[in-house]
Formats: sequence, structure tokens, C-alpha cells
Amino acid sequence: MSEWEIVVGLEVHAHLKTRTKMFCRCELEYGAAENTRTCPVCLAHPGALPVVNGRAIEYTIKLGLALECEIASNAVFARKNYFYPDLPKGYQISQYEAPLCGPGRLVVPTADGDEVVRIVRAHLEEDAAKTLHAGGATGRSVGAEYSLVDFNRGGTPLLEIVSEPDLRSSEAALRFLRLLRQTIVELGISDAEMEKGTMRADVNVSVRKRGEEGYRPRWELKNMNSFTFIGRGIEAAAREQIAAYERGETLQQSTYDYEPDTDRLTVHRSKEEADDYRYFPEPDLVPIEPPAELVERLRAEVPDPPGARIRRLEPAVGFDVAYALVTTERDLLYAGLVADGVEPRLAANWVMNDFAATGDDPGAVDVAGMAAVLKTPGLTRDALAEATAASAQPGFSAADYTSRTAVSDASELGPAIDAVLAANPQQVETYRGGKEGVLGFLVGQVMKETQGKADAKVVNQLLREKLTQDA
Amino acid sequence: MANIDRDQVLHVARLARLELREEEVERLGAQLNDILAAVSKVSELDLSDVPPTSHPLDVVNVWAEDEPRPCLPVEEALANAPEREGNYFKVPPGGPA
Repeated sequence: MSEWEIVVGLEVHAHLKTRTKMFCRCELEYGAAENTRTCPVCLAHPGALPVVNGRAIEYTIKLGLALECEIASNAVFARKNYFYPDLPKGYQISQYEAPLCGPGRLVVPTADGDEVVRIVRAHLEEDAAKTLHAGGATGRSVGAEYSLVDFNRGGTPLLEIVSEPDLRSSEAALRFLRLLRQTIVELGISDAEMEKGTMRADVNVSVRKRGEEGYRPRWELKNMNSFTFIGRGIEAAAREQIAAYERGETLQQSTYDYEPDTDRLTVHRSKEEADDYRYFPEPDLVPIEPPAELVERLRAEVPDPPGARIRRLEPAVGFDVAYALVTTERDLLYAGLVADGVEPRLAANWVMNDFAATGDDPGAVDVAGMAAVLKTPGLTRDALAEATAASAQPGFSAADYTSRTAVSDASELGPAIDAVLAANPQQVETYRGGKEGVLGFLVGQVMKETQGKADAKVVNQLLREKLTQDA
Repeated sequence: MANIDRDQVLHVARLARLELREEEVERLGAQLNDILAAVSKVSELDLSDVPPTSHPLDVVNVWAEDEPRPCLPVEEALANAPEREGNYFKVPPGGPA
């Protein structure tokens, strides 16, 4: 084990799935033609005033409740001032001293116990517009000749969740992020898809000697938008920091971009050379004091958290299967089958292997019908495969499959086997002469005799017994 | 009492991307100091029993339903753009000044 320990904290941004923007009622539409979703508010025309989106407030409180956060009694919007073409007002409306959600935590279950990640805060803000940098070699702002701005994204609601630096490896960071993502998705407040840009993270990485108190200067990796790159970025930052310390250097707190192609970090060009945002309370908006009845209504809407579901399933199927069922959002299907009397391991096996291979929506499965199929003794493999393929499709009927059972009772199969042996004396001799390959032919004859209803495995075994006994 | 010095005037001007002539640095510095002096009169009061205020109105929880309203037609949105390229606003390159 290395003498160095990795320390990671995350700032996660998720686009809220509201219908309209944070402070105006322009409709959100990903992929809309450029600058077709704007109005005087989000273009910052003089005199235009922001009006808070009530649904965004509700979504943020819900997230706060799911993360066991303190919900603020008084939350205040604040102006974060900086000058950049993606920010037409010259400031971003965010929350600073009084966020909607205060300290909380997310408990991440692992095979070796719980990892408790403390949440510092969760707050609401507006996203900036999208800029394209033209000219220059890199497609970045540095060295560009000019920039093109699309304000459709400007002013869309963004949730920011900040964790304490409680994560001790890249794997732990990814476990936390995946569970946080699933929590967000199940709340129905965001699609939180990194590939589509509706979720991204700033990753703070430092290292320290094991047992050391306090933290060393951290590097912030900006705008990470893939789980894979976040994991590799953490590893790369830790590697470079450890190498620097071992050369006897000291390090500064700074901001980096992770370059996936080279697996290296480059210094991030800041929008504001000094991070001097001159925050102050937004005078155009009054404070939010979430009424108790609103908070309680929202609390009732928060679904059973994924971490707790994993722990509940674990005794029946083991940690790995429980984790896989919940994180692929197939655990409700599993639980439904078990509630309908399917043996837990059979249910888990069917859900994670047979059903998962179809790629169908687990929510669309006829649970009662599929449970009846899975409980049918002696169901043929073909019938099971066909039922699996049809289970999430309209018109599924369990009765089409439950009658297709294989005969595996020796007393029922005995006469058919005797008949086949009597009718094929030559093959019987060949088998007894040591050429066991002929067995397949005899099995086939029995299947034919029983119109395919026999369990081929049992027939195989019974034939072997007979052929040896009667020799 | 707080006092704004020349360096702070230049710093704030740089953050706001303002280029100031020498006499403006002096004039704006003096004005900023006058404003600070006027505001700091508040500190003459005993406010130990007054909770911090983030907004002068005694109003909270103003928000709107999440219902879309019409957006500006793209031509109107771009009407005041000094320059455009297609339906984009065309601006000087961003990044550090």
C-alpha cells in the first residue's frame, strides 16, 4: 500500500428538467436552433427583471431531502460578478451565503461497509450561454479570433451539489457519483446524462501522507463530463502531485483541464484572472423561505433511496447482485417477481442475465405473468427464451408459455425409452460397443416419440442408465 | 473608515473591462470614497439587535409557475447585436483580457 492517500471532493452540476428557464419563461429545448429560446430577461435587456421558477425551487428542495440536507429557513439569491460573453448581464444569479440546502450526506454502500460522503450544500443557479470559439488552432477561447454566442442555454436552471473532501480513491469518487446520479434521476429532477452534458463535475484532488492531518493544496479539474475521464483525471492529478512532492517541490492550489488524449493535465485559463466575484444579494429577487407544508409534501414524494435498497436486497442475493440490480434500476422488477413467489436467486438470475440481454424497459414487464412463467416446473428452454423476449412487449400472455413443460418424470418417459431401444437394436449395439456418439440419435428418437415434450437432459441420463444396466 | 485607493480603482476597472484615463482614475476614486462615506453612516447606529437583511422589502417566496411563454423571434433577439454570423451573436474572443 502506498504511503500516499488521495483526497477528492466533488462539485456536481445537473441541469434541472423544468419546462422553462430559471428566471424567465423561455421554454427549454435541447437542440433547438440557436438563439430561438431567448427573451429580454435572458438576453439581459435593460430593465428586464427575473422571476424565479417555482418548480426549480421544489426540485432543489427534493434533492436536499434525498441527501438528508438541512433545508434553509431563509435562502437568498446572490450575484456572482464576472465579465464574459456567455453572461450577458455581467453576473450570474447564484446562491452564496444562504443556499437552499445546507449540510447533508450520501451513504454509499460497498461490499466492505458504508462510505459516508458528507454534502456541504446544494444550491440553484443559472447556466451560462454557449460560446463557440472561431479561428485559432485549439477551439478554445485562448487564441480565438472571435466568439459566437447562442443564448438558448443562458439562464437555464442548474443545480450545484458540493461534497466534502471525503473520497479517498478514484473508485470511491465514481461510486459516489454514480449513486448521486441515480438518486437525481430517480427523483425525476434531471436526466443527469454526462454524455449529453446535462451533468458535469468539477473534481478537487489533493494527496497527503497516510495519517497526516489536514489537507494539502488541491488541484481543481474543471468541467469533467465522463465517468471514465473523471477516474483517469483523479489518477493523473494524484500521480503528478505525488511525483512533485517526492522531488521535494511544494504545490499551489490551481485549476487544470484533463486532456484525455495524452492523460495529462494542463493549466486551465481562468475566466477571471483573480477569482474576485464580488458576490452580493440579488436586489431583483426576494428571499425564499420554504413553507413547512411544502417541504413535507416534497418529502412524501422522495422515493426510497438506492443505497437503502441495495442493503435490503443484499441478504437474499449477495452484495454484488444487489448492487447490480439497483444501479441498473432493475431492482423493482426483481422485487415484484419475488413478491409473486419466485425464488430470489432465480429471480435475480433471470433479471440480470436473461432479461437484461433483451435491453427492454424493466418497468414494462408483466410481472405477475412472468412470475407465473418462472414458477412453472419443467418449463422448456425455448418457452423460457420466448417468454423472456415477449415479457415487456404488449400482448404478453403467460398462458402461452406455462403449458410448454418438459416431461422429466422417469415413469412417464420409461415406456417411450423402452420403445425406442426396442426399435433400434443396431444403434443399441453400437453404443454398447463403445461408440457413445450414437446416444444423440437415440435422444432425438425419444424426443420425437414424445412430440418434443421430454426434458432432453433427463432423457439423456435415463438412456445411459438403461444402456448400461441391461447390457 | 474604509478608503478606496488607486490600486483598488484600477482593479475594479479591470474586472469590469473598463479602460480609464488618468483623470478618471482620480475622479472615480473620489466618487467611490464619497459613496462609501455616505453608506458608512449606517455604522453609527447601534444595530446589535437587528437581524441582517438581504432585501429591503418584507416579502418572501415570490415565484412563477413553470409554464412556457413565447420567446422572441430570432430576428428580434439579434436586432441589437453589433455583429452576427448566421443566427449567432458575434463577439470579441472571450478569455482573459
